[in-house]
Amino acid sequence: MTHIHQTAPGSTPTGVGCEGLDARLVVQRGSFRLDVALTVAPGEVVALLGPNGAGKTTALRALAGLVPVSGGGVRLDGAALDRIPPESRPVGVVFQDYLLFPHLSALDNVAFGPRCHGASKARAREIAAGWLDRMGLADHAGTKPRRLSGGQAQRVALARALATRPRLLLLDEPLAALDARTRLEVRAELRRHLAEFEAVAVLVTHDPLDAMVLADRLVVVESGLVVQEGTPSEIARRPRTDYIAQLVGLNLYRGTAGGHTVRLEAGPVITTTEELSGPVFVAFPPGAVTLFRDRPSGASARNLWRCEVAGLETHGDQIRADLTGELTLAADLTAVAAAELGLQPGATVWATVKATQTHAYPA
Amino acid sequence: MTGADTSRAAADTLTGGPRSGRVRRPGVPLPLMLPALVGLAFLLLPLVALLARAPWRTLPDQLTSTAVWQALQLSLVSATAATAVSLVLGVPLAWLLARTEFPGRGLVRALVTLPLVLPPVVGGVALLLALGRNGIVGQWLDAWFGITLPFTTAGVVVAEAFVAMPFLVISVEGTLRAADPRYEEAATTLGASRFTAFRRVTLPLIAPGVAAGSVLAWARALGEFGATITFAGNFPGRTQTMPLAVYLALQNDPAAAIALSLVLLAVSITVLAGLRDRWMTAS
Repeated sequence: MTHIHQTAPGSTPTGVGCEGLDARLVVQRGSFRLDVALTVAPGEVVALLGPNGAGKTTALRALAGLVPVSGGGVRLDGAALDRIPPESRPVGVVFQDYLLFPHLSALDNVAFGPRCHGASKARAREIAAGWLDRMGLADHAGTKPRRLSGGQAQRVALARALATRPRLLLLDEPLAALDARTRLEVRAELRRHLAEFEAVAVLVTHDPLDAMVLADRLVVVESGLVVQEGTPSEIARRPRTDYIAQLVGLNLYRGTAGGHTVRLEAGPVITTTEELSGPVFVAFPPGAVTLFRDRPSGASARNLWRCEVAGLETHGDQIRADLTGELTLAADLTAVAAAELGLQPGATVWATVKATQTHAYPA
Repeated sequence: MTGADTSRAAADTLTGGPRSGRVRRPGVPLPLMLPALVGLAFLLLPLVALLARAPWRTLPDQLTSTAVWQALQLSLVSATAATAVSLVLGVPLAWLLARTEFPGRGLVRALVTLPLVLPPVVGGVALLLALGRNGIVGQWLDAWFGITLPFTTAGVVVAEAFVAMPFLVISVEGTLRAADPRYEEAATTLGASRFTAFRRVTLPLIAPGVAAGSVLAWARALGEFGATITFAGNFPGRTQTMPLAVYLALQNDPAAAIALSLVLLAVSITVLAGLRDRWMTAS
């Protein structure tokens, strides 16, 4: 992967190496193996996106020094981070359920870090008050964590992590503990704070929306390995695994292209507008699929498959039909259309997709 | 449910009468009810007897005697000192057992709990062999520092701490295991050393468990008899604690024994009440 390393304004490069994070994390735990390479420039926000159990949190804990690495190496701003004990690393962590110290007020929670870094009690509180003020929490300085709302607790956790002026900010599922409404609000706010943060930020999430809103770049991790990385729009347009395709709501196939047709490994052929050759991916959204009860007469035979309904579920205000048969795909249709077609599990339907609705790209 | 409710419910059950929409609470079966009541009576009867036979008229005289005050003072001071020793040594030991991995940890935990089940007299004998004037460590304490523990007030504290500390260790270790270790990790990422994390985060979090363990240890130390009399002897004003005084008084002055027992009962009830208000209401 090529990546432009920016030099943060006002900082001097320290000898060899570069600014930012350059890590390869290898953690072996039983039969699970995590092997992830991660390069992040200062000012950049990278999201590790992946299903539960993919090893995202383990990667984050390894960066924080809370999990021993079995191999690889971590360099932050040119210095070997993996030789430094966790309490001395210039790293701030926002934990999944925040882990605010329940016996300390919001102010003392934020002052904890500066205090451990040698500030006097008064100075540490001054720093903490400044951070709470920036987070719009000046009125809640004396509040104990259990009296804070989810959104407030999240901001205190962020303030606490930032108060030590870390060069690497780690956020573990920063929005997972919030209800849907608060989440919307806090997500926008967190995006603003992350945009202001001048050093490296790495966040872990299983929510594609969180990842796409908060991060400049996504690194998708599955079963301990990086399966794809790129900007949110790249990933959304050109998923390379079923997991990502599902996340971004696309039907995804892998096959061999020859001109305008792509032959899938299982046999069926998809006609595309792109002209490619060799191994490719083809993707199209479920909404692009049209279903017919009987084989449509007169329609071109392109992209027409005989399928069987495997399952139906509501998907927003649409009905999503899972189809198997000549091609396995998901199709979205309105409730009215579903009723008119008499869709039910086991029913036979004809599915068609226009070539212009498909998107093919090299594998 | 009030008494009237109960009797009506019983009548309903007997007659099989209709019940208003409420869900019927099944009655307590006799095979459980009977032993439960006997058990309750068994626990309370001795206390009732103590109060019934108390020499209320002469009680003020009994309680103002110097011997009683000496014994009470010694008991309170030595139990408190033993609790302090247990705290200083026991909390770190509990942390070690709960938060670190080392070979033989299971064995160490078993050994820590041994004084809980060991007859206190045996504990006293063992203490004599270890810390007595000719004990394997005691002889060096004597030779190098001129310290002798047996038959001194310090010996009382040692005997009581030996018996009481396991209560504290077990209680604190349980609380530590229930406490979320990730708070310590959070403290670490904020730059706290492991000791700072323990002092500023873990200790405040487990404070209720430490307090409950301390009260348990203190109560156990206050009532200590066997190890104390074996290791420290029975010298009024020096090593004669309340339980020892009670036992001695019972031989020649039963009224005095009852008076002393009432004092200990009062202390125990006070402690229990304090414990209830602070730490037991949650459960």
